[in-house]
Amino acid sequence: MIEVRNLTKHYGDKKAVNDISFTVNDGEILGFLGPNGAGKSTTMNMLTGYISSTSGQALINGVDILEDPIRAKSYIGYLPEIPPLYVDMTVHSYLNFVFDLKKCKLPRRSHLKDVLTLCKIADVENRIIKNLSKGYKQRVGLAQALIGNPPVLILDEPTVGLDPKQMVEIRTLIKRLGKNHTVILSSHILSEIQAVCDRVIIINHGVVAADDTASNLSDKVTTDHRIMARIDGPRAEILQAIRGLDGIKYIRADMEREPGVYEYEIEAEPGIDIRRDINRVAREHEWDILTLRTMEMTLEDIFLKITMGENIQLNQENKKGDGK
Amino acid sequence: MGAIYRREIGAFFSSSIAYIFLAVFYIFSGLFFSLDNVAAGSTNLSGVFSTLFFISIFLIPLLTMRLFSEEKKQRTEQGLLTAPVSLTGIVLGKYFAALTMYVIAVSIIWIYGFILSIYGTVAWLTLVANYLAALLVGGAFIAIGLFVSSLTENQVAAAVGGIVCLGMIFLIDIVASFVKTGWLQSFLYDLSFYTRYYEFTCGIFNLSSVLFYISTAVLFNFFTVRVFEKRRWS
Repeated sequence: MIEVRNLTKHYGDKKAVNDISFTVNDGEILGFLGPNGAGKSTTMNMLTGYISSTSGQALINGVDILEDPIRAKSYIGYLPEIPPLYVDMTVHSYLNFVFDLKKCKLPRRSHLKDVLTLCKIADVENRIIKNLSKGYKQRVGLAQALIGNPPVLILDEPTVGLDPKQMVEIRTLIKRLGKNHTVILSSHILSEIQAVCDRVIIINHGVVAADDTASNLSDKVTTDHRIMARIDGPRAEILQAIRGLDGIKYIRADMEREPGVYEYEIEAEPGIDIRRDINRVAREHEWDILTLRTMEMTLEDIFLKITMGENIQLNQENKKGDGK
Repeated sequence: MGAIYRREIGAFFSSSIAYIFLAVFYIFSGLFFSLDNVAAGSTNLSGVFSTLFFISIFLIPLLTMRLFSEEKKQRTEQGLLTAPVSLTGIVLGKYFAALTMYVIAVSIIWIYGFILSIYGTVAWLTLVANYLAALLVGGAFIAIGLFVSSLTENQVAAAVGGIVCLGMIFLIDIVASFVKTGWLQSFLYDLSFYTRYYEFTCGIFNLSSVLFYISTAVLFNFFTVRVFEKRRWS
């Protein structure tokens, strides 16, 4: 379990990470999302004890990373942004070194073999790391983190440089590891987070902009009372008729998508489903509804929405929600 | 510490550094051995030992230059610093790896002693003291070189910086010989690595010098730990 309380890191005057708090439960996979320079890597580096925090606390399985770093670090397997590989060594001797470095008590030969198989690098075991492709290096980096079977895995962009097939494999692997490990995973790739993570934290400008499950997050930003409708009929009449419905907040005719057919953006009061009303009105006037869809948002839209300045508002909503 | 020590020893031999270091060390010590002892027909190895001091000034930085700078450059230090080992363990693992290389190099003098013993009488006790002195000086120099290496991520800068630092240490003597103020001169001579070393080559075993070298080594290893500590907190 990982507990982060009010973690802050200043570089001079610049606040790289500002007052971040969150908890990751056992067996949970947490996705860390954020644009470049948002503070993802800084947070991860603080969690793993590579850099210290200016203030705040990070507890790994209840052990403070600054108070008892050696014990806390022994719970963590860390894959940094750039895997810490000694490029002049063979994969085999490197992993043996990591095994010794972590003072691992597991049976050496079988454990190393397990890790090699798990990361699918058994075929390059005796090659010098320098000569491996980016994808293999990344997987050696992951193998390094897995040695000693630590209960907490912190993976900074684990699928960078992999081809699509390898990406899927690594994701499957992480998902499998997530069953009996606590995992924090950072990524730029939203579909990856959506596919792998139970929970998502969006970081922007060093603060938590959102913290929720992927589906809740999309509910929060999605408004099912917002509808896009393409209706075949006279524009002015349609606007008037729909405005006359109960609970309509706003309607706007968008572009003329097909000859004589406009697209309308309709927003009702929150919580009111007006799709049936619209249908009824259309039937009464014998207009044809060509398209009717709620404006659902993908994680991608949410991410953009949150990181493009709406983060503060959402964050406040979160805090209000927590207070209740 | 053990893992880091073993890895560094392996890295010395898998890169060319170990071979270059040992070869150059043996060439120069062998050269002075053949001039001072073989050609001159003397069994007194003091001359060889005093040249070892100069050889060390140039060669020890070669040994220590990549120990930390390369870790920083390749970003592998992140692996070390997030592993469940103490900073002291990391620094000492590297320190003793370099010291081991140096011991292998300096131990050549036993072969010289053996060669001389065939043709004459060797003052073995003096030789032991000299050997010990060479190790102590080497130990202090390696700690300094390691410290310089922890300050940069460029191997060449670490090597040049190390040579400059060790060269300045040697210059203390020359400066001291020009200083006429009595207390300042004796203070500088107290700080001098070479004067203390020279005593050993004359066969004088001075315990305070032993402590001087050991405390230098401890001090600079401590500084190296602080460098990492500081970087983490800044």
